[in-house]
Amino acid sequence: MKLDCKHVWEHISEYIDKTVDAELCKEIELHLEHCEICSAILDSTRNILVLTADDRTFELPVGYSEKLHERLKGEIEKTKQEPPVGG
Amino acid sequence: MQMIDTNEAGLIARIVAGEKELFHELIRPYDRMVYLTLFAIVKNETEAEDGAQETVISAYRHLASFRGDAKFSTWLTTIAINEGRKRLRKAKGAAENSIEEEEEGHEGDYTPAPLTDWREIPLEALERKELREALRVAVAELPDIYRQVFVLRDLEEQNIEETAQALRINPGAVKVRLHRARMMLQKRLVPFLKTTVPARRGFFGRAL
Repeated sequence: MKLDCKHVWEHISEYIDKTVDAELCKEIELHLEHCEICSAILDSTRNILVLTADDRTFELPVGYSEKLHERLKGEIEKTKQEPPVGG
Repeated sequence: MQMIDTNEAGLIARIVAGEKELFHELIRPYDRMVYLTLFAIVKNETEAEDGAQETVISAYRHLASFRGDAKFSTWLTTIAINEGRKRLRKAKGAAENSIEEEEEGHEGDYTPAPLTDWREIPLEALERKELREALRVAVAELPDIYRQVFVLRDLEEQNIEETAQALRINPGAVKVRLHRARMMLQKRLVPFLKTTVPARRGFFGRAL
């Protein structure tokens, strides 16, 4: 069976995650070898994921962790006199 | 069933037994994850920050009820999601009777944007601040059900099973939503990339 572009697009996400079965994976790879459009779509999608996972893209508010742990410290202090943390 | 990290399991046992300060150590690797999960739901920095604090406090108070049949990170994500949804309901007011999520429909165009004159984003383009900003905006504008899956999977790098557990949806729905989210983002960002990437052909020495 020869895959058309639309079929490849439907599976591009699973292809990136390596969750397509071996046979389909092979067919997609064959298609990508000669299809510049699908290769570009794959590259651009992958690049977006690289950018997404980059800590600089989605930054935490300034002082976030400090405030969080300060609050937690207060809570721990409060419960110090109590028996071990409850369920 | 996934086994939790033995070091983490050890920490949890010690905290429950009374070494409460160790909770800082347990939670620190997840500071970022908790915030991002909250932000994916409430889409507001202050709300996300407050919600993250509540999540962590709640996790601390209820740690003894963590049974280790899910990963600690999944358990924590579930608390964060509940906290986020609670805040969202409050913000939207009682008038709106439910924030029950829409199901993914069968309609809609989730095809990517075809490119004909571009092969690969040069690394220096990925360094551009504008591109990061465009991505942040595009993610924020994804429909809720798609954004939540995308954030858990591609931002926090949780796996399909963990994402499904945390959002209480089936793994098939995670895959469908993730695919659609990625395609929507690709479509949104490609025109932007085309206009910001300098038209230098063969950047990587590839014949184009």
